[in-house]
Amino acid sequence: MKVLCGIGGSDDSFRALDRTVERAAVANDDLTIAVVENPDSSVDPDEVVERAEAAVAEAGLDAEVRQVEGDPGSRLVEIAEREEFEEIVLGGGHTSPMGKITIGSIAEFVLLNAKTSVTLVR
Amino acid sequence: MSNRRYPEAVADAFPAPPIEFTDREDRSIEIRPYEGAGAGYESLVEMYDAFDPADRAQGIPPGGEKRIREWLDAILGDDCLNVIAWCGDEAAGHATLVPDGDAYELAIFVHQDYQRAGIGTHLIRGLLGHGQAEGVTKVWLTVERWNRAAVSLYKKIGFETSNAESFELEMGLRLNEDAERGGTDASAD
Repeated sequence: MKVLCGIGGSDDSFRALDRTVERAAVANDDLTIAVVENPDSSVDPDEVVERAEAAVAEAGLDAEVRQVEGDPGSRLVEIAEREEFEEIVLGGGHTSPMGKITIGSIAEFVLLNAKTSVTLVR
Repeated sequence: MSNRRYPEAVADAFPAPPIEFTDREDRSIEIRPYEGAGAGYESLVEMYDAFDPADRAQGIPPGGEKRIREWLDAILGDDCLNVIAWCGDEAAGHATLVPDGDAYELAIFVHQDYQRAGIGTHLIRGLLGHGQAEGVTKVWLTVERWNRAAVSLYKKIGFETSNAESFELEMGLRLNEDAERGGTDASAD
């Protein structure tokens, strides 16, 4: 399957990265990792790219890691449409100290606007 | 998550527990602060184990006794503030303030057998009274925007919406004046 994994440097996005890479290695997915600009993330995009490349290399995958500029949600939806991805994978939300999960604005936009299936990784 | 906004004005005084009242079903209810491990802890495990999954919100309370105990261990810690609504020796409801930086996150749960009887209002007021007495300054919460009953309860209490950009509304309340804010000059906030 042709999978687009969007990550921006939040904890849940790294969880999504690890799980998607792991799964792609087993399922032989055609995986692209898009590093987006998440304003809520404190991790530098270059560092996110490095982390993604390391995960891909470690799994022995031939997956592209791409830095994407502009509004994260709309760029992910646009890339998925233009390049005919079949699934978008994102982090499953931020967990507060209380244990409450909140879904970020990127995930909300992608869920509502993508034509593909969307997976949120817990 | 440190850019949360709070109302300028400090909320009214809330009553500190213990608080006794008769609910709309004529049951005698008492709200008391959680006093550490023991009977109170096990009563909460029982309440959450029997909690209607339809009343879960944003992943809590978790399902299954093991995950319930892990969650309770985290939110019943010494740095957290908790109150329980008791009906005899049964926990009918529970409300909690969990520290998050310079503020506290609030959550409240009422068991399905005790809902729509006015317990939630007393419980949240009791928790905020407890927090006020303990010197808590800022409280925030998130609530699913379709949960009208909860949103109107929070508004009635004095919470103001601070972020409406996501699925969940974020709301804030100022319980006590910040030490460094002073009485009249709030410009540093």
